[in-house]
Amino acid sequence: MLRIDSELCIGCGLCESTCTFGAIVIQDGVAKVGDNCTLCGSCVEVCEVGALAIEREQKTLSADLADWSGIWVFAEYRNDRLAPVAFELLGAGRRLADQRGVELAAVLLGSGMNGQADELIAHGADRVFQVDDPALVHFTDDAYANVLEDLIREHKPEVVLAGATAIGRSFIPRLATMLATGLTADCTALAIREEDGTLLQTRPAFGGNIMATIECPGTRPQMATVRPLVMIPLERDTSRKGEVVTVTPDPARLQSRVRVLRSVREETEQININEAEVLVAGGRGLESEKGFALVREMAQLLGGTVAASRAAVDSGWIPYPYQVGQTGKTVCPKIYFACGISGAVQHLVGMQSSDTIIAINRDANAPIFDVATYGIVGDLFEVLPKIISHLKDKRPSREGRA
Amino acid sequence: MKIIVCVKQVPDAKDVRLDPKTNTLAREGVQSIMNPFDRYALEEGVRLKELYGGTVTVVTMGPPQAAEVLRDAVSCGADDAVLVSDRAFAGADTWATTYTLSQAIRKLGSFDLVICGKQAIDGDTAQVGPGLAQRLDIPYTAFARKVLGCADGIIRLERMMDDGYDEVEMNMPALLTVVKDINEPRVPSLKGKMKAKKLQVVVMSAADIDADPECLGLKGSTTQVVRVFSPEFKAEREMLVGTVDQQVEQLFSKLEPLL
Repeated sequence: MLRIDSELCIGCGLCESTCTFGAIVIQDGVAKVGDNCTLCGSCVEVCEVGALAIEREQKTLSADLADWSGIWVFAEYRNDRLAPVAFELLGAGRRLADQRGVELAAVLLGSGMNGQADELIAHGADRVFQVDDPALVHFTDDAYANVLEDLIREHKPEVVLAGATAIGRSFIPRLATMLATGLTADCTALAIREEDGTLLQTRPAFGGNIMATIECPGTRPQMATVRPLVMIPLERDTSRKGEVVTVTPDPARLQSRVRVLRSVREETEQININEAEVLVAGGRGLESEKGFALVREMAQLLGGTVAASRAAVDSGWIPYPYQVGQTGKTVCPKIYFACGISGAVQHLVGMQSSDTIIAINRDANAPIFDVATYGIVGDLFEVLPKIISHLKDKRPSREGRA
Repeated sequence: MKIIVCVKQVPDAKDVRLDPKTNTLAREGVQSIMNPFDRYALEEGVRLKELYGGTVTVVTMGPPQAAEVLRDAVSCGADDAVLVSDRAFAGADTWATTYTLSQAIRKLGSFDLVICGKQAIDGDTAQVGPGLAQRLDIPYTAFARKVLGCADGIIRLERMMDDGYDEVEMNMPALLTVVKDINEPRVPSLKGKMKAKKLQVVVMSAADIDADPECLGLKGSTTQVVRVFSPEFKAEREMLVGTVDQQVEQLFSKLEPLL
C-alpha cells in the first residue's frame, strides 16, 4: 500500500505530475491515491517532504541464500557464432565477481562449438560449462531452460546474467519461473551493494522515460537480462586460465515441445541493429524508397547499419526488424544519424541513449533536435549527398563493410 | 478453437513527455489505452477465430477502470471479457502477475491458444508471456511474426530472431507472444461497438481464482523496486550553422575522433 502522511503532505502536486499512471490526485490540499496505483515508487522518490511511503512487509529470508555463490553468464551461441553480448556480459560479470570475491562462469549451449569455450575464458570466464549436443543446434525454449535449470540447481550461482536478445528474452523468463526466482529485464547497469552483496539491477522503464533500480531480496539466483552494447567487454587475453567442464545432460531434458523446422538467416545486411556501432536511420522526410537509398549508401560508407522510424517501415521502404522505437527495437550505438525523423517520443525512447546523435531535418523545431548532439537544419536531398560525397573522398577504405 | 488473449491497460506514451529543461517526466492528462502490442495479439486471435471457428476471450489484470480496454477489445472482435481485479494484486512484478493470470485462466476451463503482445510499453519486460506459459505448463513461442496455420492440434509459426527467423511448430494448447509484423489490426466495427456497450464483464477477485494470498501483488513479488529516477541526458546539443557545405565540414571535424 502507498501510505500518504496527510500531516506532512503540503499538497505541492509533485507526486501527481510524476505519476505515470495518473493514480494520485491532490484533493483539498492533500495527495490521494486511487485504485490504479501500481506501487512503482516514483512518487516516493520525488516527494520533497517525505510524506509518501510504500509499506512492505518484512519477509523472513530463507536461510540458504548464503549457499548460493558465483556469477554466471549465459553465453549465447547461434549459427556458429557467439553473440557479442556474451563478451559484454563477461566484462560486467568479471567486475561483479571480483567485487564479491567469487568465481565467474559461463554456460555455453549448442552443437559443434570447437574452441568457443576458450574464447570465453580469454574474455574473463574462470570456468565454462559446455553442453555440446545435436539437440541444441537450434534454440528451443524447453531444452535451453531445462539444461540451464539443472546446472543452476546443482551449482547454485548467486547471479545469472543473459543478453536481452531474442533468445535471452524468450527463455530466461521461463527459466526464472521454473526456479521461482526474480528476473529483471533489459538492464543497463549492474552493481553490488556493499553492505550485503545484493545485486542492484538498473533498467529503463516506460520506454526509457524512467529508470528503476531493482533487487531480488528473498530468492536466488538473482537473474537479469542485460541490454546488448551497454556493458564493456574485457580485452581478449589468451593467457587467461580457466577450466572447461563438459556436461552431458539427461536426454529427457533435451526434449522440446516446440520443434524448429528451419532456421533462416537473413544475411543480405546485418539485421541486428542492436549490435551496430553506427546506425543511419531514415524517416518520413526521405519521402520515398529512392530517398531511403541515400540512407543505405551512407550506412555502407560509414561501415554501419541502416535503421528506420516507424513511418519508414510503414511506408514499406524497409522491413520491421530495422525499426527503432517503442514498437521496434531499443538501440544505443556509438553514433546515431537521424535523417528526416521528426522525433516522436515513441522513436526517441528507442534511441536517446545513443552516445552521439546527429539529427538532420528540415524543421528546426522538430523534437529530434532536443536529443541531438549535433543538429543540421536543411534539405535532406542536399545534405545527405554532401555527406556521402564527403565520405567517398575521405574514407574509401570503409566501403563494403556494411 | 478456444483462444484467450491477454491485454493490459497502459498509459499512452504520446502523453508522456520528457521536459528537456528539467529532464523530468511531464504528464498532462495521460490517457489510458490498450497496450499497442496487445492489439496485434487480439487481431491475430480474431483472425484465427474467423479462419478456424471458435471464440476469443480477452483477459486483463488491473484496476476496475481496466474494463475499458476489455470493451475496446470486444468492439474489435473478442467474444467475451474477464477482468481480474483485486486490491491484493497491486504492486505485482512479473512473477506475481503470471501467477495471478494463470490462476484466472485455469478457472476459464480448457483452451487451445493463449496470445499475448510481446511486451507492455510501460514495463517493457516481455516476461509475462513466457512466464505465464511456464505457469500453465504449455509450450510457447515468443516474438511470433506469422502464423502459418493450425491443423491437427498443431500450430505452425514464424518467430523473429536477431539474425533472421525460425519456422517452428508446437502442439496446442500453447502460448505465443506476437510482434507488430504479424498483422494489421482492424478498427472497431459498428456491430462490435454495440456489443461492447452491452458487454457484461466477468470480474474475478483473488478469492474467485483460489489464489494463495502470499503469492499476490507486492507481497508475492520476487523483485522489489529500490529506487525510481529520471535518466540523465547529455545536454551538449549543438546546432551547426552556415551553408550546407560548412555544416557538413563541421560535422566531420566533430565526428573525426569517433569514426
